[in-house]
Amino acid sequence: MIGYLSFIVLIPLAAVVWKSTGSGLEGFWNAVTSPAALASLKLTFGASMVVALVNAVMGTLIAWILVRDDFPGKGLVNSLIDLPFALPTIVAGLTLLALYGPRGPIGINLAYTRMAVIAALLFVTLPFVVRSVQPVLRELDREMEEAAASLGAGGFTIFRRVVLPNLAPAILSGVALAFARAVGEFGAVILISGNIPFKTQVASVQIFSAIESDRPTAAAAISVVLLGLSFLTLLAIDVLRRWGSKHES
Amino acid sequence: MKLLGGAGAILVVVVALLASACGGTSSAASEGSDGGGKLTLVAYSTPQEAFEAIIPAFQKTAEGKGVEFEQSYGASGEQSRAVEAGLPADVVEFALDSDITRLVDAGLVDSDWNQNEYKGILTDSVVAFVVRKGNPDDIQTWDDLLKPGVEVITPNPFTSGGARWNIMAAYGAQIEQGKSKEEAVAYLNELFQHVAVQDASARDALQTFTGGKGDVLLSYENEAITAQQKGEDVDYVIPDQTILIENPVAVATDAPQSANEFVRFLYSDEAQKIFGEKGYRPVVKSVADQFDYETPTTLFTIQDFGGWGTVKDEFFDPENGIVAEIEMSLGVSTDSG
Amino acid sequence: MRARYGLRFAALAYLSLLLVFPVGLVFFRTFEHGFSPFWNAMTDPDFLHALWLTILIALIAVPLNTVFGVVCALVIVRQRFRGKAVLNALIDLPFALSPVVVGLAFFLVYARTGWFGPWLDAHGIQIIFALPAMVLATIFVSLPFVVREVVPVLREIGTEQEEAAWTLGASPLATFRRITLPAIRWGITYGVVLTTARALGEFGAVSVVSGNLIGRTQTLTLHVENRFQAFDLVGAYTASVVLAVLALMTLFFMNLFRKETPRVDSGPPGDEALR
Repeated sequence: MIGYLSFIVLIPLAAVVWKSTGSGLEGFWNAVTSPAALASLKLTFGASMVVALVNAVMGTLIAWILVRDDFPGKGLVNSLIDLPFALPTIVAGLTLLALYGPRGPIGINLAYTRMAVIAALLFVTLPFVVRSVQPVLRELDREMEEAAASLGAGGFTIFRRVVLPNLAPAILSGVALAFARAVGEFGAVILISGNIPFKTQVASVQIFSAIESDRPTAAAAISVVLLGLSFLTLLAIDVLRRWGSKHES
Repeated sequence: MKLLGGAGAILVVVVALLASACGGTSSAASEGSDGGGKLTLVAYSTPQEAFEAIIPAFQKTAEGKGVEFEQSYGASGEQSRAVEAGLPADVVEFALDSDITRLVDAGLVDSDWNQNEYKGILTDSVVAFVVRKGNPDDIQTWDDLLKPGVEVITPNPFTSGGARWNIMAAYGAQIEQGKSKEEAVAYLNELFQHVAVQDASARDALQTFTGGKGDVLLSYENEAITAQQKGEDVDYVIPDQTILIENPVAVATDAPQSANEFVRFLYSDEAQKIFGEKGYRPVVKSVADQFDYETPTTLFTIQDFGGWGTVKDEFFDPENGIVAEIEMSLGVSTDSG
Repeated sequence: MRARYGLRFAALAYLSLLLVFPVGLVFFRTFEHGFSPFWNAMTDPDFLHALWLTILIALIAVPLNTVFGVVCALVIVRQRFRGKAVLNALIDLPFALSPVVVGLAFFLVYARTGWFGPWLDAHGIQIIFALPAMVLATIFVSLPFVVREVVPVLREIGTEQEEAAWTLGASPLATFRRITLPAIRWGITYGVVLTTARALGEFGAVSVVSGNLIGRTQTLTLHVENRFQAFDLVGAYTASVVLAVLALMTLFFMNLFRKETPRVDSGPPGDEALR
């Protein structure tokens, strides 16, 4: 089993790290700090953060209506939340392009804009916060909320001061998952965002471009930065979950 | 027991891989000049539509009966490097001959690949300005590209062959207008300020343009025609000074006999006519005469600058080339890994 | 309460604009001009080959990852050893990695200029730009699912029954087959569904390692991209519809098996990874 893992995971990843230092540490630094690389990393971070935050709000909202509300078709909506998990990313990108691209029926053309990057990332990260918050919300004891209501607190105040603190770990862990996912996304952005350096080129697309233009060292260098980021995010998620389970008890 | 499970898994993986690897070894294993076999065609990004019509025509001939095709299309530079890195290929058709020379140097194509009457060139074209229908910005000349606010789309010259043709057309146009070399390079510098995005291939650039980005696309005349045939709302203008684009074809060293038959077919009147219908300028004169492609006022060739062998180093060397310097001053990385 | 309707509307509007309308539009566009353009695209040999290739890759990758997943889960839950955190991190890695990086990694190892390249070349073995590399990349990206679904189940069922079986004289293999396996079967099934979905939908990694040979190494997802590039929207949408239908079927099975799995909590499928 260790052999299987090494063969499939370890050796290839080691190759990436090795290649990134191919032109020495200076080469690594240059590749990662070239204006285009910096721009794509900034865009990737920035867009992923924006998307994570939007998900924090909308994801919680959707989880709320799925748990606390009742309406016809709720079961269907609940199932649909997982669609971005199951749908191939290139298809996701194509569907967004069909509606919000140059041949879209409503006259909005987002193609080749930063909004396109955001939209694509929102699509693929939809399920994370929702699925993270739902079970916690379900288990939540309503007594405290009812008590607060009987003391005269309004709906939003109850949410802010009673419910939200309990949901916080779940929201954060969902947000971290969404962030990790968004940072590496490739298939969904490639068609709709058009890969314009300094404007809409995310890190994964830049890596792809570097591979294809025979600059594997530059590709490896940016990959290592993304790898490092992934590790940090995994760590953060682990810490958050532990904090979350402590918080529950 | 766990150890067995793990070892068993590895064994299965290795066996599966070897099995599929052996199935995928070089196409030299496939014989058949008559009654079958497989040919792999690796080409640059634009001719897929043309080959979609030509391949079935070939399969109707005696030599082509039963021959199956695998095809790959992508940016010329990328494809050439992929073949060098192990992508199987029997027939290669690229945007410029230096992409074929790379394979000669790697021992994958014979050095006499261009010793036929057409010097290995399969189709011609010219660099054109592709504009929105009706040419609303009235772009007619190379100087019009530098008008304030004009956004030019051209692919990345370090992956795309078409991009290199575009740049040499721009450069050559300046020389033909009597400018000095320095002035021509200055023109290129200014032109690149107007380029917002550099896609990997000519076809990607066309997609970007038809997707709504940019005011003018520098591309092959045949790409403009393909777009129009696919219903896109574009027009094209052939500037007064432009370069003759020549796209070469070659057979790989260890390709089966059917590969040679296929290339022979590509020079036949039938195949050349299909190329003509798809927007390419046929190299066979009798077929070319059947089409009325516009003759540019001033047409020059890459030979006027020493051929791609020289131009490749002078202009497109990733570190010292003229274009590399321009790109770096724009902040686009060109370093070769 | 008006707030309730407001919230409901906001949430549903968001879902419609982001998810339902785009996907719905693609279905609409595919059949807009009748059934025959769709049928022509479905019977296109390149499409059929891509479909077959995608299924073939899944048929190899999924069983391998399932076996690995069950073995790995057993090791993680039932054994004590140092470095378990490292093992956990390694298994979680495919979740967090960009698929393009995965493709690059395999390229660097198996291409002619890569680590194993010269050896492979000398022996006439083609990994990159051929099926093996695509299978490897797909295995990588769909690695964690079975493990992560089986681990919590194993934890929950405990070892009592197994220990009872041992004291009664059953061999480890028999115990596994008759006690453990039935208990974890829903976890395995759910994990297999997720693994399959991931394998069918892989795009980024195979983009890099496949060489995109139409008729040989073009998967269905690559086929979608290729049709789009060739201005063949009907072809692209048709392949997308097929993939979307497969996705919807996956959703259906996910929901079916989710209920059966006695899981600690039903967070997102990627969630178990990060414990």
